[in-house]
Amino acid sequence: MKLLIVDDSNIMRRAIEKYLSAFNLEIVGNAGDGESALAIFSETLPDIVTLDITMPRMDGLSCLDKIMQIKPDTKVIVISALKDPATGIQAIKKGARGFLSKPFSQEEIIEEMKACLEDSE
Amino acid sequence: MTELEIKGFIKVLTDYFLSVTGSPANMGVPFIKENSTEVFDYVAVIGISGSRKGGVYFTANRPLLEEIARHILGETGLDDATLYDLIGEMTNTISGNMRELFGSTFLISVPIILKGNIDEVVLRLKPPVYVIPIEWNGHKSHLAIGLE
Repeated sequence: MKLLIVDDSNIMRRAIEKYLSAFNLEIVGNAGDGESALAIFSETLPDIVTLDITMPRMDGLSCLDKIMQIKPDTKVIVISALKDPATGIQAIKKGARGFLSKPFSQEEIIEEMKACLEDSE
Repeated sequence: MTELEIKGFIKVLTDYFLSVTGSPANMGVPFIKENSTEVFDYVAVIGISGSRKGGVYFTANRPLLEEIARHILGETGLDDATLYDLIGEMTNTISGNMRELFGSTFLISVPIILKGNIDEVVLRLKPPVYVIPIEWNGHKSHLAIGLE
């Protein structure tokens, strides 16, 4: 399974990669903004994306819309500091598989990833 | 700013340190900032718009950030760029978590990292600016909030 990691924080991208290293995922790229994420997504067509919301150039929810247009069966885990129910519901309605609010633990992201992988089986 | 809102920020800060490091931070008594601005080596600002206007900044010294980074990444000896990135991410997370209280019309900017220009910090916040002192694992830092 191919994974794309999107977050405007480099330390968060590194943390997500480290936390998910137990899974046998091919990391096809990481991006710090929505536009770069879309470029990598279009080129690599990953199966799973972890997607931040508050980012420069294009926010995560706009990026999610475009990802769903390109490849609707992509499993997207939105990972955001925006900790309000409305944002989570909005992300799910747009097609996200899961929503994780920051700060999150390694256990929490592993559970989200397990659910994604089970869905894909 | 109401007392409930200040308590909301304190709760978010408390939860942040506990969640990331497993050990709680002690919050000092919040106060209204006077003209002199005390900031530590690293400062990040989040602009607030929507239902509220103004900004939030978080400031800390290198040892605190190095320890937080160690909890997140399990690495030591991180460079300056990583620590500036970290303080931006911490400020973003704390501000974004406040949507639980303020709702989805509380809009936050991407983090703005400030290097040495204290006046620039002052301009972004709407007075009165409330400061919440934080002590975690022997390290001091603080969060300042100035919202209309």
